[in-house]
Amino acid sequence: MRVAATIVLASLLLAAGIILRPLIATEIPSAERRSGYTFMAPDTKAMQDDDTANPGMLGVLDGETLWNRKVGSAGKSCADCHNDARESMKGVAARYPAYDKTLGQPVNLEQRINLCRVRHQDATPLPYERHDLLALSAFLAEQSRGMPITPDATAELQPFVAKGRDLFMHRQGQLNLACTNCHDDNWDKHLAGSAVTQGIPNGYPIYRLEWQSLGSLQRRLRNCITGMRAQNYDFGAPELVELELYLMSRARGMPVETPAVRP
Amino acid sequence: MTAALINVPKKAKNGDVIEIKTLMSHIMETGYRRTMSGALVPRDIITSLTCRFEGEEIFRADLFPATAANPFISFFTVATKSGKYEFEWIGDNGFLETASANITVE
Repeated sequence: MRVAATIVLASLLLAAGIILRPLIATEIPSAERRSGYTFMAPDTKAMQDDDTANPGMLGVLDGETLWNRKVGSAGKSCADCHNDARESMKGVAARYPAYDKTLGQPVNLEQRINLCRVRHQDATPLPYERHDLLALSAFLAEQSRGMPITPDATAELQPFVAKGRDLFMHRQGQLNLACTNCHDDNWDKHLAGSAVTQGIPNGYPIYRLEWQSLGSLQRRLRNCITGMRAQNYDFGAPELVELELYLMSRARGMPVETPAVRP
Repeated sequence: MTAALINVPKKAKNGDVIEIKTLMSHIMETGYRRTMSGALVPRDIITSLTCRFEGEEIFRADLFPATAANPFISFFTVATKSGKYEFEWIGDNGFLETASANITVE
């Protein structure tokens, strides 16, 4: 009788564990947060640490050239308004995406560059994921290297952060996965030999060895969404910007690594 | 817009073995890939990197398809005297880039 009771109790506990498992998905405590850097092999770390071996620095150099180039019918360069980026852009990327009052919505760093081009330089927006936009954003973000990520605290922005969090927690696609299932619950495990990691976007735009080029956070997010076999969003879609916002709030206080190298 | 990064120690002692690191931006298109419509993407790669010290060739590498984009090449040499290292990358479609770096040997 006692044996039977033990078996019943054990199976109840087991069942409870299985049922409760999806419910215990919680955000990573701040003390346990780790940059994607800490998951990398020593060779890849060495590549990121050495500015003359980090291919992302080539993009930063090109970005500096573009910063000083006059464009658009206004005939102005970024430097004509913002002067030396080393001074004026320090810490800027660490608080993006930020709230744009005119649009009444959040914009990420790439969108801010393009808004500046349209509003102040009378130039056409640069296409997403092309070298020029990536180089400029890498150059800007590099000015914040080593500084802590400090998300924009504007009150109007908070509903968008919440929407991003909802998207992160929401199961989607043919595999019925949410971002949280990997990046909160299983970040210490591997997926097909690759570290899962915590989804801390502190090094974008990154030089990804698999891409053999710089790429934005949105490119990375779209990769993940494809992997989940879910309906993807276009570059610049509000949903992706909201997701960026939430991810940056997870990364609060962690140092910017741009241009980071990732496998 | 082509960027190159060269890392040569600024100073060395006579007889020191020094590491020289070079990184050149290039897409390194293999010539084997096809577009969505099946057309071959033409090959566009760097074919050689030459390093000269005071005019004398000290290192050369020939590159072929399947080299990663933005090739990073490092090599070692012995520092014997002060002078100038000159680097030259040659590639398809008339690609030609140069860079140089000085070293002081004590």
